[in-house]
Amino acid sequence: MTAALFPHPLLSAAIATVWILLANEPTPGAIVLAAIVGVAIPKFTSVYWPGRPRVRNPRMIVEYTLIVLWDIVVSNVQVARLVLFRRPETLRSRFVTIALDLDSPEAITVLAGTITMTPGTLTADYDPDGHTLKVHCLHAPDPDEVVATIKERYERRLRSIFR
Amino acid sequence: MTPAEMNLVAELAVSALLVAGGIFLLVGSYALARLPDTMQRLHGPTKSTTLGIGGVLIASMLYFLLAEGTLSIHELLITLFLFLTAPVSANLVAKAYMRRGGPQAGAGRTTHGRPTP
Repeated sequence: MTAALFPHPLLSAAIATVWILLANEPTPGAIVLAAIVGVAIPKFTSVYWPGRPRVRNPRMIVEYTLIVLWDIVVSNVQVARLVLFRRPETLRSRFVTIALDLDSPEAITVLAGTITMTPGTLTADYDPDGHTLKVHCLHAPDPDEVVATIKERYERRLRSIFR
Repeated sequence: MTPAEMNLVAELAVSALLVAGGIFLLVGSYALARLPDTMQRLHGPTKSTTLGIGGVLIASMLYFLLAEGTLSIHELLITLFLFLTAPVSANLVAKAYMRRGGPQAGAGRTTHGRPTP
């Protein structure tokens, strides 16, 4: 019964939240409409969403979000300094390849997005055969360190969220 | 309460956020002009611009909270959409560039190590 009504509980919650944010005021009318939309859309589109991400460890989600937000601020300052105060010829830009330990497509998408938003790195390509991400670094004197940071800081946490 | 009645601290906070946001937006766009290589240029709009927009959005929320006394939550939605679209569009540009054989031809000068095919 619950599964028939809520094929994707997380999607329902997300749609309802976005609807309330769009209304910009949590009036009773908006909340009722949000509930209707949140139930109806996942139900009618569930055919197109066969898989369902399993998300665990809510504490880790909060921790991950805070870390990423902090890193975005730091990365902006770093990139701004590189752009403004370094001659472009002296930047050591390069590609690095990251072998993934994550399995679910959702986790890989989140990791790829995170890499793009955080310090001096940008996800350029995903290779499904080798199960690797190709990442471009704006300034990386030591490529191994970049890979180690990404794996330790982001991928380890994502693994405990999407299990 | 009208904007004129906002106290000085609130005005300063909102202005500081707007100026900081504007600076980061400017740097992000300047990176496009300054960096020589397509892959490097992608770093400007995906990063500096995020913080720039973030600063402007926080300033907007703060303004409506302090000057108008209403809680405005539209801005969170803009942030969400920005976080969804920025990595995807950067990824598409990068992919298109690499499929066209870009890194070997254009970036040999500045980007060391080419992607394996």
